[in-house]
Amino acid sequence: MAAISREEVAHLARLSRLAVTEEELDRFAGQLDVILQSVARVGEVAAEDIPPTSHSVPLTNVYRDDVPTPSLTQDAALSGAPDAYEGRFRVPRILDEEE
Amino acid sequence: MSDLTRLSAAALSRLIATKEASAVEVTTAHLDRISSVDERVHAFLHVDREGALDAARRVDAGEITGPLAGVPIAVKDVVTTKGVPTTAASKILEGWKPPYDATIVERLKAAGMPILGKTNMDEFAMGSSTEYSAYGPTNNPWDLGRIPGGSGGGSAAALAAYEAPLAIGTDTGGSIRQPGAVTGTVGAKPTYGGTSRYGLIAFSSSLDTPGPCARTVEDTALLHAVIAGHDPRDSTSIKQAVPDVVAAARRGLQGDLTGVKLGLVKEFAGDGSEPGVQAAFKESLEALVKLGAEIVEVSCPHFQYALPAYYLIAPSECSSNLARFDGVRYGLRSGDDGSRSLEEVMSLTRDEGFGPEVKRRIILGTYALSSGYYDAYYGQAQKVRTLITRDFEAAFEKVDVLVSPTTPFVAFPFGSRTSDPYQMYLADLFTIPTNLYGGPAISVPCGLSEGLPVGFQIMAPTMADDRMYRVAGALESAVGTFTPPAL
Repeated sequence: MAAISREEVAHLARLSRLAVTEEELDRFAGQLDVILQSVARVGEVAAEDIPPTSHSVPLTNVYRDDVPTPSLTQDAALSGAPDAYEGRFRVPRILDEEE
Repeated sequence: MSDLTRLSAAALSRLIATKEASAVEVTTAHLDRISSVDERVHAFLHVDREGALDAARRVDAGEITGPLAGVPIAVKDVVTTKGVPTTAASKILEGWKPPYDATIVERLKAAGMPILGKTNMDEFAMGSSTEYSAYGPTNNPWDLGRIPGGSGGGSAAALAAYEAPLAIGTDTGGSIRQPGAVTGTVGAKPTYGGTSRYGLIAFSSSLDTPGPCARTVEDTALLHAVIAGHDPRDSTSIKQAVPDVVAAARRGLQGDLTGVKLGLVKEFAGDGSEPGVQAAFKESLEALVKLGAEIVEVSCPHFQYALPAYYLIAPSECSSNLARFDGVRYGLRSGDDGSRSLEEVMSLTRDEGFGPEVKRRIILGTYALSSGYYDAYYGQAQKVRTLITRDFEAAFEKVDVLVSPTTPFVAFPFGSRTSDPYQMYLADLFTIPTNLYGGPAISVPCGLSEGLPVGFQIMAPTMADDRMYRVAGALESAVGTFTPPAL
């Protein structure tokens, strides 16, 4: 049985903001199914009582003194933007017109 | 002056220090070499001739001194360089000029090292062959029809083709070590947190580790010493002194490993390395025993789950990290004709800007993190990560380092693994456990199989990077270095 369906891949692509084509969906569904069946092997390990490791450095919070330090200028921060307007990032409309 | 490109970084540094060669001459020789061979190798995505020569001139004017002052370097294109294009080999960042330098780039500049340019890689460092670069693959100098490894294939190929004496790589699952192995060069992944991630375009933040690449163990250690050390701008940076890797490498090169215990992981034995890889590895082990090392078999029962755990953890983190490429702050924006909403533009931008492997991993990671699957996939993978760490800790109570082949196969022909992504993932079978644990590991060339280089991997405990350099130096003293056929 497939671990993941074409419909699920389409749903995940929408969640990931990827406007995938029909052809990509066909290809990815098969490939992701193979990958998922392989990685599902992690489930074989009995690990109920094992604490998870998020990363290897045993740190919790790292603070610095609350002192202003130099950072990018507004111009530098906007320098790579596809569209900027009056010192801000310009984006396409966020709400539909009827909203 | 073309023979300058054949010298080690250590030798070039001596020539520059004694004024037998100027930094400009050394840099020019490498830029000329790039001009003459890179059309065939395609190690570089961008060459910064003027920037490199400016830096060299400052060294020649006596403004900067230091162990590697004037020795040029190539930097993987996933590391930001102020004002110099940085794309992570992705169309989504085509033409982007970062407004800041990565910490490791600041350190290279402070050390007086001219940056020759930015090297090719798999897009966003996801891959083992550079075939996923949006700008075309890099060709292995040993055989131009074969892959140079990945993701850092450009950095490794630049070294093997004598286009640069040193290079920067990044290693998330083997992206420094596997390219080193298949190009006959040296590549080290430092302890996670030992080198700063600030300015490294994030793929999997709990695993990404920048590190040094070179043609000799001593050169690798010299570069390691320049880039390593605490950085307050990286919250997972370790606040401890960097082990003296240069002294350790030099000690190893004297060829004495008396009393050093090398651990052979029992579970790696049946894992289908090519016979030629196994043979070269075994011969190298025998060479190390002759230098006084002792071989001890150890069991790491959870290593067999490292690859599956990695391919849940890394895609999960990447699906989150790559959310920043939304067509708003930098890079590509597609489909913004005034009729479409932000969400539509974002989706079209990401579909056009990302290549297939990046999309696969984003979708896989989104799946592994979704409610209902989280515990079974991402949560379970993190528990397996704990067990793999415990395997390492138990092994290092018995031995000083663990050793294995770096990768199961030599450089493969282009196209032979792209249709089945999981076949590509197997390239990282031996390198991934270390990334999950966080310790350092190095790949050193150890022999040839059918005329192609084989890598020997040495893994050490966290913050014991010096230990692996000692064994690496000893191995190089026994087997020598390997030179590809003339291009």
